[in-house]
Amino acid sequence: MANMAQAIRMALHYGEENLGVQEIFGEDVGPPLGGVFTATQGLKRAWNSPLDERGIVGAAIGLGWAGSRPVAEIQFVDYIFNTIDLLKLAGNSLWCSGGLMPCPVVFMTPTGSGIHGSIYHSHSFDSIASKIHGMKVVCPSTALDAYGLMIAAIKDDNPVLYLKPKALLRAKGRDLIPGEPEDEKALKKMIDAPIGDRSKWKPNWPKLEEVEIPIGKAKIAREGRDATLITHGRLAPISLQVAEELKKESKGDIEVIDLRSLIPYDWEAITKSIRKTGRVIFVNEETEISNFAEHLLRRVVDEMFYELAVRPKLLCGKAVPGIGLSPVLENHSVPQKKDIRMAIESLLSEQA
Amino acid sequence: MTGKVKTMNRRSSDPYESLGPELLKKMHRLMVLNRVLEERLIKMSKGGDGFFWIGGPGEEGFGVPLGLQVRKGQGNDFDYLHLHYRSSGIALAMGAKPIDTIRQMRTAVTDPYSRGRNFVNHYCIPKWNIMPVSPTIETQYSTVIGTAIAQKRHGGDGLSIVTGGDAGTAEGDFHSCLVWATRPANPLPILIVVVNNAYGISTPWKDQHGEGSISNWAKAFEGMPGKTINGNDPVESYRAIQEAIEHIRKTRGPYLLEAKTSRLHGHSSSSGANRVDEVDCIEVFEAELKKRGLMKTEDLKKVWSDCQKECDEAYNQVKKEPYPEPEDIWNGVFVEGVDKSYPKKGGS
Ligand SMILES: Cc1ncc(C[n+]2csc(CCOP(=O)(O)OP(=O)(O)O)c2C)c(N)n1
Repeated sequence: MANMAQAIRMALHYGEENLGVQEIFGEDVGPPLGGVFTATQGLKRAWNSPLDERGIVGAAIGLGWAGSRPVAEIQFVDYIFNTIDLLKLAGNSLWCSGGLMPCPVVFMTPTGSGIHGSIYHSHSFDSIASKIHGMKVVCPSTALDAYGLMIAAIKDDNPVLYLKPKALLRAKGRDLIPGEPEDEKALKKMIDAPIGDRSKWKPNWPKLEEVEIPIGKAKIAREGRDATLITHGRLAPISLQVAEELKKESKGDIEVIDLRSLIPYDWEAITKSIRKTGRVIFVNEETEISNFAEHLLRRVVDEMFYELAVRPKLLCGKAVPGIGLSPVLENHSVPQKKDIRMAIESLLSEQA
Repeated sequence: MTGKVKTMNRRSSDPYESLGPELLKKMHRLMVLNRVLEERLIKMSKGGDGFFWIGGPGEEGFGVPLGLQVRKGQGNDFDYLHLHYRSSGIALAMGAKPIDTIRQMRTAVTDPYSRGRNFVNHYCIPKWNIMPVSPTIETQYSTVIGTAIAQKRHGGDGLSIVTGGDAGTAEGDFHSCLVWATRPANPLPILIVVVNNAYGISTPWKDQHGEGSISNWAKAFEGMPGKTINGNDPVESYRAIQEAIEHIRKTRGPYLLEAKTSRLHGHSSSSGANRVDEVDCIEVFEAELKKRGLMKTEDLKKVWSDCQKECDEAYNQVKKEPYPEPEDIWNGVFVEGVDKSYPKKGGS
């Protein structure tokens, strides 16, 4: 089974072979490294750019306008902040030109905490990204979704920000990507660059098939009757674990929705589930105060007030300027497994 | 386009002779059309027919010769343009119609560049590779990198042209452009133009910049020529642009060109847009055309009155055209439109 980095790499390979991707670039994206998380190793179209995020985003926009279907990487989302006005330009070029100039570009970038990355390798960008209207935002939590969402992002005629939860990039998937060998060692041998001299190395790509996870469609990661938990990215597998534990302990049957797409989000899946359970909690690692899920909460309150059994809830990061390196600090800033468990228990325990 | 001007004699050492009378007259007409159009736009702004005005009166002597030398068309075989808001001369010389700029000024829904959304002189003409002009200073110096990479990959001799002002060169995007255009791994076919009118909005260039002339930046990047020219002289501009474009088509590397021009109506309507006392490139050009016996006073007058008539008629037409409908805000959010569940109420 591929891990998420391998899945993204295979999707990009599929893109350069079949979907017209002509340029894959960013800092250390080309040989010899193939990306700090190896997501671009061995790709024909991958190359190293100058250390210049604004240049990377600007170049991608120009390439998008020229029809090159580029995939550009910002090495860590923590370093995307100086490109915001250019991301806005990607998001608004269609609208500002009265519909004339689409900007089909994929920006991909590792996001979130969970690797002891301290202040500048732990940021989330979900909420700010969701305000760059005209740009789509996706974030997978499994290898297969990562593969299918990348293919969908490449095919989309709008700019797509593809957030890669960095703590999950090395996590193995449970579902086979169509075409990959079942034996993970065999896959590694085929597509992972060797340690040491790589100058003569070439990957041996499996014969991959297209999977498209539609942008805008959430996944019911686990069906349940008692409460709805809505999450994405790194906290999706953790939430799922908590849900399984609670079920085993007969404490509740939680429906877990993995949004996968933040913009546009799957309002239908959200409302359908809440209508069934009457209880909802949003879980993500972005900070409080204009957290993206605060918008969803407001909309739930507005449109589903009389269908809620109890107060809707949000569990998210603390509104502090950074995530400290000490695990004590990180664990107190970003929701941990025990926090998710406690929050669900409290959601279940409130009297309707 | 230059190839079509039969009387051009490039071997002549007199630059006027080298361009030939037909091309000179054509440039003159376009410069006048450009000036008359800008004056109409300023009038509209002052008279409440539209709002903010910003444009290029004073830069006609550079913009027109540039627009005439663009290889015009769509896709990587043709030249891409990443322009700023003083580029009406370039657009008109490429064949844009004054009426369309007037439509944008009036925020009419018939504005073909932005459907009443953007400031005037913010062009977007995909069929001629004119990329959307953005009000954000200098971002065009970052986006130009992309079309040039696409052209390099594609092959052929198409190039990408970027224009902007002097003050904007302090932004990082200008540096990005210089670095990316000269990467040894992949030099890019970019004509990097800076139009130096000596000011930001009110801040003089000379108080903020120690690099002497902007073209000095070329000295730091091996293999990139840099040149400063008198952009108020359309003939000098034509020849310099021609030389730069030929260099880029041949070498597939960049060229940095600084054109010094006037700014005849100040920065924009926010500073009054009144005429100031600086060299007028059209006056100088007309004096030269008369001195050389290429045009007489009556010929010049006729050009002005023809252009005036064209812009007046266009304005009268545009006044009858509709504004956008409120629901038009939803067009162009996404290529496929917004889904029915997209939040559209603006709150509760
Ligand atoms: C990024 C950005 N900062 C500030 C502004 C506001 N602004 C508009 S024009 C201008 C001056 C630009 O001067 P210059 O680059 O010399 O071009 P000119 O207008 O003189 O042609 C400023 C500061 C802007 N539009 N974008």
